[in-house]
Amino acid sequence: MPQVMDADRMARALTRIAHEILERNRGTSDLALVGIRTRGVPLARRIAHALKEINHEEVPTGALDITLYRDDLMRHAVGPQPVVRRTEIPFSIDDKRILLVDDVLYTGRTIRSALDALIDFGRPRSIQLIVLVDRGHRELPIKADYVGKNLPTSLRQSVQVRLQEIDGEDGVLLDDDKVEA
Amino acid sequence: MLRSRHLLGIADLTPDEITLVLDTAEAMTEIAARPIKKVPTLRGRTVVNLFFEPSTRTRTSFEVAEKRLSADTLSIAVAQSSVTKGETLLDTVRNLEAMAPDMIVMRHASSGAPHLLARLCRSAIINAGDGMHEHPTQALLDAFTIREHKKRLAGLKVAIVGDLLHSRVLRSNVQLLNKMGADVWACAPSTLMPAELPRFGVTATASIDDAVAGADVVMMLRIQHERMHGHFIPSTREYFTLFGLTADRVRRAKPDVIIMHPGPMNRGVEIDSDVADGPYSVILEQVTNGVAVRMAVLYLLAGHEAQAD
Repeated sequence: MPQVMDADRMARALTRIAHEILERNRGTSDLALVGIRTRGVPLARRIAHALKEINHEEVPTGALDITLYRDDLMRHAVGPQPVVRRTEIPFSIDDKRILLVDDVLYTGRTIRSALDALIDFGRPRSIQLIVLVDRGHRELPIKADYVGKNLPTSLRQSVQVRLQEIDGEDGVLLDDDKVEA
Repeated sequence: MLRSRHLLGIADLTPDEITLVLDTAEAMTEIAARPIKKVPTLRGRTVVNLFFEPSTRTRTSFEVAEKRLSADTLSIAVAQSSVTKGETLLDTVRNLEAMAPDMIVMRHASSGAPHLLARLCRSAIINAGDGMHEHPTQALLDAFTIREHKKRLAGLKVAIVGDLLHSRVLRSNVQLLNKMGADVWACAPSTLMPAELPRFGVTATASIDDAVAGADVVMMLRIQHERMHGHFIPSTREYFTLFGLTADRVRRAKPDVIIMHPGPMNRGVEIDSDVADGPYSVILEQVTNGVAVRMAVLYLLAGHEAQAD
């Protein structure tokens, strides 16, 4: 399976995103990171770490599970019922500038669900979207504010993000043969 | 995922399925802590709560769970009537089918009534207590509460004390705790001890002191006067003396024992007020956890139904 991003390129992309965040938001005051489970969570933590390295300030970080907000849950007979995991946002999101983090941006439906879920927790001042990979094929009017890598793909391809914290290694793989569900 | 599209009893669940329900419920507890305690998961789904027996706690718990998942709910409290139970049930089923609900939560005084409904009805059926047979969601919420405190179920000594004969809570709990590897002790006067209990691998005793000694969990069950059509106990005062849970008896258990009761409690009959309201009591936590466990069951069964289409 061809690798389109290795550990070094991934680390550089996340550091670049951290710099872009600081530039656009003029520092980290009122910022908070929320990672979408599963792989958005370690990515959010890595970005929080990068922000602290550069700016010496902690940015609160939470984890969002969107299973209960998915619009396809009761519609299609696709695989087993998704496992519901905990959402852990240990801070108020009211008036915060939320940085929402996911690994791959594809149809946009995951992000739509995440926006619905986030808004149930309060009223953030703004929500900005960070993705490691944007593979195109949007079905909803959603655009990322920070992108690690733009990766044009065909619908037959699948993109796999592998992270040390979950998979034991860092990398982004592009599979030509699989059709994504 | 759950293998069946109905939840009729603990007897049908594997240990993996029980763990799945408990894990899903754990994720659901977070929703109760939010400012907006609602998720859109069951939007557009209709759930009918069909209660042939009086119930406040279980019915309310299901209703809250359904509303938190955004289901459309309809609660029908069917009063006890002189109509024979078979006819009542069949008539009700016909009416329900016309409303095309996705799920029916049912409580009935007759054991096996939800099983009959599951055969006759296209909806997913959740047993909310049938006669003296099973009360699966109560056992699941009890297990959830125990696991929250003890981090495990296997190897725990669980003493279940009270009117065991008439208790569906006992039958569901014994099966669940056995499947998950707990050491279950059952304690009751011989008149209230079900004959089949030893078959379930339970240590049966008439001594509450033996049952409570070294217990990690003490689960007290209500004396069900309404189901007693004979003289099972000489008097409630004598019953309390011999089988009531007092602070003195709690001292025989492990220092971190938890005291449970599915409610409603008869204070001064099966449990002393000081114990019911004391530091070891998790009785109100059981009520809170009931909502999360019922949300988990509704979620898991609703998805199952979509896949069956």
